[in-house]
Amino acid sequence: MKVRLLDIAHARSGDKGDTANVGVIALKPEWYPVLAKHLTLDRVVSHFRDVIEGGVERYELPNLRALNFLLHGALDGGGTLSLKTDAQGKVYSTAMLRLVLDVPDAEARAAGLPAWNGK
Amino acid sequence: MTAPRIVRVAGGQGFWGDSLDAPRQQVENGPVDYLMLDYLAEVTMSILQKQKERDPAMGYARDFVGAMESVLDAVVTRGVKVIANAGGVNPEACAAAVLAMAASRGAAGKLKIGVITGDNLLPRIDELIAAGHELRNMDTGEPLSLVRDRVIAANAYIGSTPIVEALARGANVVIVGRSTDTALTMAPLRHEFGWGATDWNQLAAGIIAGHIIECGAQCSGGNCLYDWRSIERLEDVGYPIVEAQADGTFVVTKHAGTGGRVSVPTVSEQLVYEMGDPHSYITPDVVADFTSIQLTADGTDRVRVHGIVGRPATDKLKVSIAYRAGYKAVGSLVYAWPDALEKAHAAERILRARLDRLGLKFEHILSEFVGANATHGPLAGPDAGKDAPEVQFRIGVRDADRKKVERFTREIAPLVLNGPPSVTGFAGGRPKVEEIVAYWPALVDKTVVTTHVEVVS
Repeated sequence: MKVRLLDIAHARSGDKGDTANVGVIALKPEWYPVLAKHLTLDRVVSHFRDVIEGGVERYELPNLRALNFLLHGALDGGGTLSLKTDAQGKVYSTAMLRLVLDVPDAEARAAGLPAWNGK
Repeated sequence: MTAPRIVRVAGGQGFWGDSLDAPRQQVENGPVDYLMLDYLAEVTMSILQKQKERDPAMGYARDFVGAMESVLDAVVTRGVKVIANAGGVNPEACAAAVLAMAASRGAAGKLKIGVITGDNLLPRIDELIAAGHELRNMDTGEPLSLVRDRVIAANAYIGSTPIVEALARGANVVIVGRSTDTALTMAPLRHEFGWGATDWNQLAAGIIAGHIIECGAQCSGGNCLYDWRSIERLEDVGYPIVEAQADGTFVVTKHAGTGGRVSVPTVSEQLVYEMGDPHSYITPDVVADFTSIQLTADGTDRVRVHGIVGRPATDKLKVSIAYRAGYKAVGSLVYAWPDALEKAHAAERILRARLDRLGLKFEHILSEFVGANATHGPLAGPDAGKDAPEVQFRIGVRDADRKKVERFTREIAPLVLNGPPSVTGFAGGRPKVEEIVAYWPALVDKTVVTTHVEVVS
């Protein structure tokens, strides 16, 4: 089953130099294990491959039902050097939430995940 | 059994430019013991340094004088104490301006201002480099010597210790230069509860309380994605308050009757904001572990924060260095339906061809199409911006040569008459050339930095 991150998580992003951080938080506590299992480093690297220039780091915060991603080379040099509208990475949060996960049907039904039927 | 003692720290400013009314509302709408005001972003010190070069009496966050005026009565008659990193590169001048304001309001002698200095390393840079401190850029690894001649500000991020000392010496206002944002909240808790320099868990709890409220209303409903439509009355948003106990547990809340919301989701969003490795949030006082934080809903607009674990601090301080890094300019034009995006793309092609013919090559040039790709780039999908009612073509350049950037700014407006049709939105005139002051984060041995506390009244 396809599950869009926007439907199961919320997020906030910020900057540190040329790195954007995106914290992704499960909308319901019982959905955190789905995030932890399926929102892998590889999925995020692939999602942002045409957007950022550097690598990605991934951290788990089960206490907050959250994952934290560091997207390196994401801000056109960052800070005052950047020419981007989003020089401080404020809306990488919702760019992340466009990501669509493939969750096995049984697992998705057991967790009560909403299905994504878009393109 | 008596109720545990509570100390209330209110956040009243998330950056220089935040709401002018928030500090007063924080002290007038309910009980608070301390008002914490955070004025400094990464590049603010360089702006202040430039101001001080023009006028030796400047170089601090001038908004703070107005903020102090708006809370003066609460400080003088109700004993609210104020802690702010408004001192910038001139904390002494900031204190003098606040004292002059107080005197003019009939409160001469009522303020005892703790002024903390020692964070400014600008006069010592060559000495430090000569002594083997390379001040390498934490992101790129390059030594500071590469840009030494362009450095205009250098400040160590100092921790809670000098603020605690100022409070212990009776200050009711503490003005710091470049302290960490989080120390402004942790220091009064450390002072009130007598936490020692190795009470790692409590110190970490104070730091995390600071992280939650240092961005003002961003933890109390502002900029909150979770169920954002249901967050009411942001026009009256309540700024955050920490109600802390001696064991380091605390509640995040806001004054009754204010707008916004404090909930587990609003606090969670702020906790992950600008987060690096959550296991190691490094500060001068302690290394806080964000994976230890427990959040529990504790009634309306109340979140209890507990379980926090800290570890010993490192032997380094972070240094915020600002250096001149060339010039930039950004211009834009708006194209209207039909075919707005296609027209904007045509304008870009024409402009770039003209820049080529002028022989203008820039260190960096970036085009964006607002309405199609400016925020999410290719993730917005191949159809983004198609049939949009309007699209803004936004183009920026960056270069060490100011003249080239100036020439670029003359090439935008002509497109209005000699480029693609249905163009508007140029009323702002020619783009402005801006000098870039860039940020160079580095580390330095703690032993190098000596802070000094003076209490003036």
